[in-house]
Amino acid sequence: MTATVIQIENLVVEYPARGFRQPATAAVKKLTLEVHPGEVFGFLGPNGAGKTTTMNVLLGFVPPTSGLASLFGIDVRQPIARQRIGYLPELTYYYKFLTAEELLRFYATIFGIARGEADKRIDVLLKLVELEHARKRPIKSYSKGMQQRVGLAQALINNPDLLILDEPTSGLDPLGRMKVREIIQRLKNEGKTVFFSSHELGEVETVCDRVAIIHQGELKAVGRVDEITGRHASLEKAFLDIIGFPSAAAP
Amino acid sequence: MKNIFAVAGVVIKELYRRKDFYVLFILTVLICLVMASVNVFNDKQIVRYLKELCLLLIWISSLVIAITTTARQIPAEREQRTLLPLLAKPLTRTQLIFGKFLGCWLACGLVLVCFYTFFGALAGSRDHAWPLLNYFQAAFLHWIMLGVVVAMTLLGSLVFAAPSSNSTICFVIVMTMLTVGRYLNAVALAQSEPFRSIIYGFYFAVPHLEIPFEMRNLIVHDWPLIGWTFVGLDALYLLAYAAAFLVAACLVFRRKPVN
Repeated sequence: MTATVIQIENLVVEYPARGFRQPATAAVKKLTLEVHPGEVFGFLGPNGAGKTTTMNVLLGFVPPTSGLASLFGIDVRQPIARQRIGYLPELTYYYKFLTAEELLRFYATIFGIARGEADKRIDVLLKLVELEHARKRPIKSYSKGMQQRVGLAQALINNPDLLILDEPTSGLDPLGRMKVREIIQRLKNEGKTVFFSSHELGEVETVCDRVAIIHQGELKAVGRVDEITGRHASLEKAFLDIIGFPSAAAP
Repeated sequence: MKNIFAVAGVVIKELYRRKDFYVLFILTVLICLVMASVNVFNDKQIVRYLKELCLLLIWISSLVIAITTTARQIPAEREQRTLLPLLAKPLTRTQLIFGKFLGCWLACGLVLVCFYTFFGALAGSRDHAWPLLNYFQAAFLHWIMLGVVVAMTLLGSLVFAAPSSNSTICFVIVMTMLTVGRYLNAVALAQSEPFRSIIYGFYFAVPHLEIPFEMRNLIVHDWPLIGWTFVGLDALYLLAYAAAFLVAACLVFRRKPVN
């Protein structure tokens, strides 16, 4: 087993200038981060901080300008690095003309899961996300919460060792949020690693072992939740203080 | 290969679960049926013209289906963000491009089977003749030609931002190649340098799609079959162009950020 699940070293991501004589935009600046096996790691930052860009690099969507990023010791630019991960994007849109069962079977095929094994996993996952009754219905007929649960099921189809979740509870009702928290907790108990970004700091405080706070592309703090919270009343206060929000001065 | 076939399977499912194909097929069937029922001045020769018109309609319908289906593949994946969970799996971008190509091309094959079966049944019921091999040669080269169109549209979908502009550009290019492509060398001869060389360059560079288009005459005029070697060579010539467009599409897509 590798010592780190996610390793990021001096990562720089720059987006090219959009106009003439405009400088390139640096979305991530010299980011160094490690996530260890079995951790639930919260990746926090205000909007535009560089969280999604970092995740996009980890998933191979965006090439790094410089620096190194690896998953399980494999460079993220290699497709095989994604064999052991599950990913749930912030907004879940799936092929609406497919049924949940067909969608999961399609993704299982891409992971090279044998048909018999895929059938078993599909049954288990649809039960887990409580979509068994709707498995033969096209996704276009699902509510938003149901679509989010399909997203969660697809992220787990390969029984991943690392789950990357980009704001998994955004837009979910309290019941949906509870379900996501339950699943994260269950994965943690199974020894899986979870790396997720969220604006719900209360939720992060509940489920995370460690957190990192990123602001304007730079890593501002990383450590255990209690270490980050420190003298502040809550993680939210600590977060606001770290990113330099003036009203955070009051405890 | 498994990944390519999986992606292709989803493309085919999309085609038969959307209404576009059915609308176009029913429209074509209705127009052909109306034309087939017309009896102009009791002239038997008129059947030839009607067959030609019906086949032209089938060609246009198949081009519209091929171009519109292919043009929306990658842009729709980007716009609806289905590309993100897909590429977060161990699927390479090259596999995705080849999967999309294969799916669209096979879907076009299914569309052609429907169109040619209907046309063959209709024409056979009027002519009482069933030149099946003629139909096979015409449909086969038609399908191979659609491979070039699908690959070119796929490349266009990575270059042009909007599927509508890509569809229009591809449709105009294909129609130009079908109708005036063969005359480019004659046009070049009438020009002075350097236009002569430029037009000649175009003449040799662009894929010539007119042979599959002219195969309609085998059916319309009941001409004898053409040599299978010639059919095979033309198929290879067209497949080489399809491969070139696909390689270019893979190179363009490899450098594109997908967020």
